[in-house]
Amino acid sequence: MTPTSVSYRRIYVWELPVRAFHWINAAAITVLGLTGFIIGHPFSVAYTQEASFQYWFGTVRFIHFLAGYIFLINMLMRIYWGFVGNAYSNWKEFIPTSRSWIGDIKEVLKVDILQTSVHGPVHVGHNRLAGLIYFGTFWMFLFQALTGFALYAPMSRLFVGKLATWIVPILGGDQNVRHLHHTMLWFYVAFAIVHVYLVFYHDYVEGRGTTSSMVGGWKFEREDYLDKH
Amino acid sequence: MSVSGDSLWITMREKGYSRREFMQFCSFAAATIGLGVQGKAEVAKAFEQKQRPPVVWLHFQECTCCSESFIRGSHPIVADILLDSISLDYTETLMAASGHQAEKSLADTIKKYAGKYILLVEGSVPTGADGVYCVIGGRSAAQILEEAAKDAAAIVAWGNCASYGCVQAAKPNPTGATPIQELVGKPVIQVPGCPPIADVMVGVITHILLFGRPPELDSRGRPKEFYSRRVHDTCYRRPYYDAGLFVESFDDDHARKGYCLYEMGCRGPVTYNACAVTRWNDHTSYPIQSGHPCIGCSEKGFWDDGPFYRHLPSFPGFPIEATADTIGAALGVGVAIGVGAHAITTNIRKRPVIQETQAESVSEPTDKKKVD
Repeated sequence: MTPTSVSYRRIYVWELPVRAFHWINAAAITVLGLTGFIIGHPFSVAYTQEASFQYWFGTVRFIHFLAGYIFLINMLMRIYWGFVGNAYSNWKEFIPTSRSWIGDIKEVLKVDILQTSVHGPVHVGHNRLAGLIYFGTFWMFLFQALTGFALYAPMSRLFVGKLATWIVPILGGDQNVRHLHHTMLWFYVAFAIVHVYLVFYHDYVEGRGTTSSMVGGWKFEREDYLDKH
Repeated sequence: MSVSGDSLWITMREKGYSRREFMQFCSFAAATIGLGVQGKAEVAKAFEQKQRPPVVWLHFQECTCCSESFIRGSHPIVADILLDSISLDYTETLMAASGHQAEKSLADTIKKYAGKYILLVEGSVPTGADGVYCVIGGRSAAQILEEAAKDAAAIVAWGNCASYGCVQAAKPNPTGATPIQELVGKPVIQVPGCPPIADVMVGVITHILLFGRPPELDSRGRPKEFYSRRVHDTCYRRPYYDAGLFVESFDDDHARKGYCLYEMGCRGPVTYNACAVTRWNDHTSYPIQSGHPCIGCSEKGFWDDGPFYRHLPSFPGFPIEATADTIGAALGVGVAIGVGAHAITTNIRKRPVIQETQAESVSEPTDKKKVD
């Protein structure tokens, strides 16, 4: 094959608040998922002592609630950044608004599912399919935060939990809220597997440094593609 | 049955109760609705002076466990006096009259005391098949409720049936059992529970008699004084929950030690009721104290959220043993397999991708202008 001269330019895509959001969110979800699973399925530890001398389940719940607050505040920060950040972090990046956008999504689906080669430019920020998925994921985050804080409200004196209690009658009582909150844990498990895999996959087939971009913020794009964006 | 109009104290005196017994009853009633020491005098004054409002107690689709609970109120006077003396002008279970006489009594009360009587409803109203599933004296439950509710001063829904439909409303709800709140265009005081706690029922009635208005209600129509706290948060076994000490099967050592029943499917954490505070049967015990997990009988939909002895309910639309976790785990494994298969095919097809990227890479060192 004859070498073709292709030069790349680096683009600062993910600003620090976006990267910070991503990793804080990832850590919070991991902690919430693990502690949440333990709360749903308390396992047998330390049955040798009387209740007065141990508090491990309370501690697990405390960590869950703390991580929940971090998750919520972090999410609110990201929403704010969607209005003041750079073009790649803007809220408009997540909602398909044009016909070409739909075409882009189809193209990404072909690459992901039919495993066709990537030809031509892929959107520099989130690819268009990813953007749409993250838009849906945001609603899932919101749902999990609402149901979580609604369940937390009876044991909290802070106003935050009470802001979410309106969802309880809509979902038909605490039992259903708890059930849905628990079920959603598995959405996060499935999401994490697919998300991590697709990052590696796209990094590989596109060769633009997708994985490292969430650490350093830089992505790489062919110069001859830059005009086409 | 005594005539409406006398005060509670007069009726009690006629029945041979002493002043001391009356005052004991007043302090009990004041304590139940959370009034404290000062409230005792207020309650006594109200029971001495206020005319007892006439009460109509209707029974629809139910098992009468609410009535059974009520007549077992902690204070002996409750059964004898309150039930009798609140001037129960109509109640299928306890009235002496029957047949046309009884129906006339209901019609008379509704007419005579329009806008004054308190309507207590036990049971849900079947709306399926034009209401044929519950017909009393030739009229359907819905018709009776409509007439009785029109001029009621206050409406109380006794128990889970009247509040949420209860077991009759279990999927697929063949009789179309409907909570009364959905049928009357008025605010209803919801007193859920299967049955509600006797002292809670007495408390609600005392509150209405005393203040002439319903107690403070939460967003779902339940009196806050009894339904604002979860069984879990008032449970005496709560420390075991925080300590992570759980009963893992009935009759194991942990059950004997009285550990938390969370893993046995206890619905205490999702149930709002006063069981752990007032307890049952003259403040003797409540289900958890007797070693049985709470089944959440005062919550909407508890009848469909089974099995009761499992923490996670069955997942609707899936086989009966499937919980969110079995489905979720299957989903997770499915996704992992899919991702693995995808990775394998990607590797099989990697040659063209590598060639392409290598073709690009070769030119890189010679490319001088590519400095940012």
